[in-house]
Amino acid sequence: MPGQKFGPAWFPGLIAIGLAVCGVMLVFSGWRSGAHWLQFPEWVQRPRSRAAVLAVLGGLVFYILAADTLGFHLTAIAIVALWVRILGASWRLTILVAALAPIVIHLAFYKLLRVPLPWGLLERWAF
Amino acid sequence: MGVLSQAFALVFDWYVLWVILASAVFGLFVGAVPGLTATMATALLVPVTFFMPPVPAVAAIVTATAMAIFAGDIPSCLLRMPGTPASAAYTDEAYAMTKKGYGEVALGASLVFSMIGGLFGTAVLIVAAPALAEVALKFSSFEYFWLVLLGLMSAIFLAHADPLKGIVSLLIGLLVASVGLDNPAGFPRFTFGNAELAGGLTLIPIMIGMFAVSEILRNVAAIDRPWEMAQAKIGNIFRGMWTLTKRYPAPILRGSVLGTAIGALPGAGADIAAWMSYAVSKKFSKEREKFGTGHVEGIIEAGASNNSALAGAWIPALVFGIPGDSITAIVIGVLYIKGLNPGPTIFMNNAPAIYAIFLVFILANLLMIPLGIAAIKGAKQMLRAPRAVLLPVILLFCVVGSFAINNTIFGVVLMLGFGLVAYLMEENGFPVAPAILGMVLGAMLEENFISSMIKAEGNPVAFVTRPIAGGLALATFIILLWPLGARLLRGKQ
Repeated sequence: MPGQKFGPAWFPGLIAIGLAVCGVMLVFSGWRSGAHWLQFPEWVQRPRSRAAVLAVLGGLVFYILAADTLGFHLTAIAIVALWVRILGASWRLTILVAALAPIVIHLAFYKLLRVPLPWGLLERWAF
Repeated sequence: MGVLSQAFALVFDWYVLWVILASAVFGLFVGAVPGLTATMATALLVPVTFFMPPVPAVAAIVTATAMAIFAGDIPSCLLRMPGTPASAAYTDEAYAMTKKGYGEVALGASLVFSMIGGLFGTAVLIVAAPALAEVALKFSSFEYFWLVLLGLMSAIFLAHADPLKGIVSLLIGLLVASVGLDNPAGFPRFTFGNAELAGGLTLIPIMIGMFAVSEILRNVAAIDRPWEMAQAKIGNIFRGMWTLTKRYPAPILRGSVLGTAIGALPGAGADIAAWMSYAVSKKFSKEREKFGTGHVEGIIEAGASNNSALAGAWIPALVFGIPGDSITAIVIGVLYIKGLNPGPTIFMNNAPAIYAIFLVFILANLLMIPLGIAAIKGAKQMLRAPRAVLLPVILLFCVVGSFAINNTIFGVVLMLGFGLVAYLMEENGFPVAPAILGMVLGAMLEENFISSMIKAEGNPVAFVTRPIAGGLALATFIILLWPLGARLLRGKQ
């Protein structure tokens, strides 16, 4: 901004310089210690852990993309069922939790705290 | 009506007492289950407290965290896994005691001395915070600038991590803080023309991501590792506690003092306090050789320390708006939302509410005894709660909580993004606390710097000519140059 010595760009500029300097130093120390450029944690080798982590991330992305169209309830049932099952629960427990958890959240957040959770496809039956 | 009686009226209300009880049970559960932390309990509580009046909202957080830090010791004894990072320092010691058949003593000691530490920290908070506020009333932007900088520096150098990685973490936090219109010039920064970004990044979804989602990812990655529980017979857990109190008065006091001090220093909280107190305890013990074999002394000192740190962290948070640990970093956001803006004037403008918070601290620590006994007795059932149910339910709660702050899906995006960032940071040795502090304090740092610069007409000397500002500047540079100096000294020997 003209006429201002310490304008809005000043602070982020300082951060950028700091990050650049630290970045170079980290690259240098990593290069000197001979570490690999990219190293995966050991759980990537274990199929159950890998599937579980992917399911968590995938479920969250699915919620972000689908919640407005499908509505909170349907999306929540789908992702909770996916997560509970993949973490190793029986089908019976999976169905129980997937049915109950969204109802409890609905009562606590939608009814009690008045958070406007999206209804999506269920808009017609909203209560 | 006096301030104190107003405060009593605020706390001893059925609704508030009910909130305290419910959050105590919640805190005990979160603390006792490994992988769920006290900070996470706070982050999860925020969306709920969002809809409460100020006193119950803060009371919920105070109670839940105090309970969680104590309850973190329970799985240390039974599973050799700390329930919260604050118990990690003496997990091996506590488990060794259980193996030797002294599980009852270990659990009893952590309960009783957690309470004593907590009450000590609360007493210091009650005395020190208003006194400090008197001094702080005279502070100008120069003092605040140095105070914030000092806090950020101590966050980096107190973290048990590479200082360089700490600085990177801090810079990431400051970068996040500089997004949006909320800067001294009122100029949109890093918004890319997006309306969601113009208001700045909302901190609560970010914190839910960094403290809850990252922790869930870590838990989920270890889902194929079962927990193995050690057997401990629990009878009367108070047996022998009075003997221990008489035998170890110095460690109890030392742990409480050090814990409160570490808590009050920005950026370091209960976990670092416990590590330091355990190390101090070992150093000054007459029976140093017994440490690590199931000796109760270190558990007493570090157990008192981590609970006193909780209260200590509130001192800078209330007086300056500078969080003493990651929990108060979240709390400060809640205080602003509730109109209890932190700062030295809080003791004048909101005295009844502040004294009510102090009362809740005392109440929570006293409540720890009966509820703690129940938690110890019910520990086996709590630890049997299947993770396959627990983790998905918490995650759904995180999603809804992140959504509820602004009622936009963008909150969930922030939560996921920062959850991943925090997970990757911690896996690679970057401490998360400096980043959180940077986010909370970024605006304050910039504002005080710019207004100081304008007052001083660009002359940097003005930053150190006021006595307190000069002293704070000196302290900042000492902390900054400490590692370098220590290295030089070592090099010479």
